[in-house]
Amino acid sequence: MKAESSSKMKSRTYDMAVIGGGAAGLAGAVKAAELGMDVVVLESGERIGGIPMQCIHPGFGNFYYGENLTGPEFSERLIEKVKLTGIKCYTHAHVEGIRHVSDTENMVSVVMPAGITQIRAKTILYAAGARERHAYEIGITGDRVSGVYTAGEAQTLMDIYGIMPGKSVVIIGSGDIGLIMARRFALEGADVKAVVEMLPYPGGLQRNVVQCLEDFGIPLLTSHMVTRIVGKKRVERVILAEVDESFRAIKNSEKEIDCDTVALAAGLVPNIGKLREADIDIDSSTKGPVVNEYMETSLPGIFVAGNALAINDYVDYAAEQGEQAAIGAHLFIEGNMPSDWKPIRKGENIRLVFPHHISGGRDVKIYARVKKPVRDAVVEFPEIDKRVRKRAVMPGEMIIVNLKKQETAGIDELTLRCADGN
Amino acid sequence: MKKSVAIIGGGIAGCAIARVLSKYDLDIHLIEKEADVGWGATKANTSIIHPGHEEDAAIHPLRAKFCVEGNRIWRKWAEEMDIPVSWPGELMIALDDGGMETLEHYLKLGEKNGVEGLEIMGREEIKKLEPNVNENAIAALWAPAAGLIEPWEACIALAENAADNGAKMHLNTEVKGIAVGDGKLRGLETNRGFMKVDVAINAAGLFADEISGMAGIDDFKICPRKGQYYLFSDDAMPKVKRIVHMTPTEKTKGVYAVTTVEGNLMLGPTAEDLDFDEKEERSTTEEGLDYIWENARKFLASLPPRNKVSKMFAGLRPEPPDGKYIIRAYESPWGFVNVAGIRSPGLTAAPSIAEYVAKLMEEKLDLRMAEKEGWNPFRKGMKRFSRLSDSEKQHLINRNPQYGNVVCMCKEVTEGEVVEAIERIRKLGAGITMDSIKFRTLAMFGECQGSFCRSRIASIISREAGIPLWQVSLKGDGTEYGIGDIKVLQRREKDEG
Ligand SMILES: Cc1cc2nc3c(=O)[nH]c(=O)nc-3n(C[C@H](O)[C@H](O)[C@H](O)COP(=O)(O)OP(=O)(O)OC[C@H]3O[C@@H](n4cnc5c(N)ncnc54)[C@H](O)[C@@H]3O)c2cc1C
Ligand SMILES: Cc1cc2nc3c(=O)[nH]c(=O)nc-3n(C[C@H](O)[C@H](O)[C@H](O)COP(=O)(O)OP(=O)(O)OC[C@H]3O[C@@H](n4cnc5c(N)ncnc54)[C@H](O)[C@@H]3O)c2cc1C
Repeated sequence: MKAESSSKMKSRTYDMAVIGGGAAGLAGAVKAAELGMDVVVLESGERIGGIPMQCIHPGFGNFYYGENLTGPEFSERLIEKVKLTGIKCYTHAHVEGIRHVSDTENMVSVVMPAGITQIRAKTILYAAGARERHAYEIGITGDRVSGVYTAGEAQTLMDIYGIMPGKSVVIIGSGDIGLIMARRFALEGADVKAVVEMLPYPGGLQRNVVQCLEDFGIPLLTSHMVTRIVGKKRVERVILAEVDESFRAIKNSEKEIDCDTVALAAGLVPNIGKLREADIDIDSSTKGPVVNEYMETSLPGIFVAGNALAINDYVDYAAEQGEQAAIGAHLFIEGNMPSDWKPIRKGENIRLVFPHHISGGRDVKIYARVKKPVRDAVVEFPEIDKRVRKRAVMPGEMIIVNLKKQETAGIDELTLRCADGN
Repeated sequence: MKKSVAIIGGGIAGCAIARVLSKYDLDIHLIEKEADVGWGATKANTSIIHPGHEEDAAIHPLRAKFCVEGNRIWRKWAEEMDIPVSWPGELMIALDDGGMETLEHYLKLGEKNGVEGLEIMGREEIKKLEPNVNENAIAALWAPAAGLIEPWEACIALAENAADNGAKMHLNTEVKGIAVGDGKLRGLETNRGFMKVDVAINAAGLFADEISGMAGIDDFKICPRKGQYYLFSDDAMPKVKRIVHMTPTEKTKGVYAVTTVEGNLMLGPTAEDLDFDEKEERSTTEEGLDYIWENARKFLASLPPRNKVSKMFAGLRPEPPDGKYIIRAYESPWGFVNVAGIRSPGLTAAPSIAEYVAKLMEEKLDLRMAEKEGWNPFRKGMKRFSRLSDSEKQHLINRNPQYGNVVCMCKEVTEGEVVEAIERIRKLGAGITMDSIKFRTLAMFGECQGSFCRSRIASIISREAGIPLWQVSLKGDGTEYGIGDIKVLQRREKDEG
């Protein structure tokens, strides 16, 4: 960006400033532009498109586009639309801070190679994605050596920079990311020694267990955890232990696996540093903001979507949430945002549920996760006798419940629960 | 001709000595086996500038003197060399009557050592100074002179200032032998060849016993004593306003809670004696970390959630026999000086030790210590972009747009800073590794521990140093980022099959 446009950016008030040019941010920006809003996208990295740009495997877009795409294909479609709608996108534009000046004015401080600048916007869509959990916060002790990567970092090295991290690998975590990375390593000729999972069952989709592990003969060690990393300069081995029901290591169950690489796929945490500074309400179970059905946070006019809101299973959900946020921002600017909100509460066996508040005035989609797996489950909102039967529910797979406007009319609050159907 | 002086070891002691000796008309060489300075005991410790009330001058006269003096000198040095320090003061907490006696004991020691401002106070006053102290605290010894320092930055600052004043730096250089002839020191054998020197100062930390042995003085052993730590992420609450710890025991000053100069809560250390041959054993253990947690709970009111940790790490104290510093110039071999066993409070003591060593050289080795002209006491630290005002930021970006490219999102470190760090690393002759950049810029130090930015930093190193990305190392040989390009294993398989 040139200096002159930088000063233009300053004087102008955008309808919406989008922070983060990933799936959620771009889908939101496109929707907002379609609704006639004046939008700017601020992306810290060197290109827009977000995490999917480094995911060369298929599995993206099944819901959003009704097609099975690779990550880059998915993002390219959004980028194409961004170009068509003429939305302003800045890359290498790092948002340093957000100031909620009043309910119709926010200031966003941005660092760019062209200079630092303050952007004024009526609304904000915060879509900064998630960060990966590292070895320290999951309590792994031992040596601090090279050869330890998060899955995303290993993926960036392999598929963006074309570098092989190591030759014998232990993967921590059997969510879809762990499973996919196990296969990615195997495809390049690495010896994947094991995928280690603390839960008694794999965290990812059954389809991925088959296609990523079984087809490659990669062992899955459930009810195990890696407790130590050992090595002088680089990883030489990991120590693992079996765990009991409360995920504590069982004495004398330790074993060793020799390896030179550890890839951590131990979960993601919403990346909400900038929002935290703005003092919004946080849900301790999603670790993201508390939102209404338009993904609006406790600060009016500040919206959040994608993995910054809550960790989503699919990029499709991130994109949908971005769109909902754009619709909300549009209502907000027009002064038509509902003011009466009904809480959605967590009932039996529900670990998290969002949005946290609904208006009851339109169809909404509810996202949730269970605490424990259940076979033949009934997912229900008892207050309105809404019941959905599922063959099986797992903590690793989000439950989606579509609520119709007429189902929620006139209610005060709703509670989601998940019980055994038998 | 100028006398040549080699300092073996680029920890806080060696770097402080290099800085002080760079005032004089000497030919100074600092020799360090690692890729950068400060990677021994100096980078992993509690980072406290102790006031000196915990040193018993009757048993350890040198330690007591160096600690009290060091605390004063650091104030001046920190200013001259732009080293991040803070002076929060320290509370030694007593939980019972036995603890009360201990407080009295240290109050007396401190007064004897000339430590200023010491005061024993009750619960109400403690609460005013430190809201996060446990209800069980009955009294505390308040030592306002206690401070905190960024230890690696202190070490880098000393080395840079010494180099600016003409000291030559030899990184990645390991002393393997010492040549002695006719009762005199002749030179050093290193992995990079022989170095003829007149004086050698052994500041090799944990390995000072081995170096001393090479010079024929083998009457002591250095024992590694491990200390483990928890370091919490920026947003982990509650922090502490003061340096807080419990009354010490024989072996250790006990577990501390500090909020580092960087603003992160840190808890530790343990005190675990290892075997003499375990001088590289810096692993953390569940037992050690549990010990810290249990002890911190005794004197703090509340702790952050344990998963808010951003790092667990451990350092090794170089313990001499009976805890006595071995600082001595020898008649035979003439020219050999030991600065060995610099255990806690060595970080505090280093400036004073360095001045003492200069005196030893004059008095014991009869060296003419003529001050040279134009010695520059000042050194400017790295610009930390995130801490600048908007106009300073704009100014930097105008000069160099790389300062407008944020590469580490957690700590908001820019490409410009990484490049500046690389220039400084080059000037010292240090290795351009991810750790040497981390310690200079704090990139990869934040909440995500580098999972986002490590590859970006590595690619800047790759570009600036002209090496393939996979060869960029975390901390020198054997710690490379990758093993080759993406197809390296498939090619190998083909070659073998
Ligand atoms: C290994 C792996 C495999 C996956 N496989 C699948 C799959 O098969 N199918 C599927 O549907 N999903 C998959 N996903 C998940 C999918 O990638 C995410 O759901 C999706 O990327 C979330 O979108 P987002 O927009 O919330 O975040 P992101 O895509 O992470 O985008 C966030 C953007 O915000 C930017 N940003 C952050 N902070 C700032 C700031 N301060 N200023 C400016 N910009 C900022 C970031 O640079 C980034 O570009 C996979 C993920 C991984 C890691
Ligand atoms: C857990 C812990 C907590 C502590 N807390 C504090 C505190 O709060 N306050 C305080 O004042 N002090 C503290 N200390 C003590 C302080 O850290 C040390 O006293 C100080 O860092 C020692 O510095 P040094 O230069 O002697 O040793 P080091 O920093 O270990 O430096 C020695 C250097 O010599 C190099 N070397 C070794 N062999 C060779 C060779 N053959 N050739 C070339 N180079 C070689 C090493 O690589 C190393 O860099 C603590 C120490 C520990 C471990």
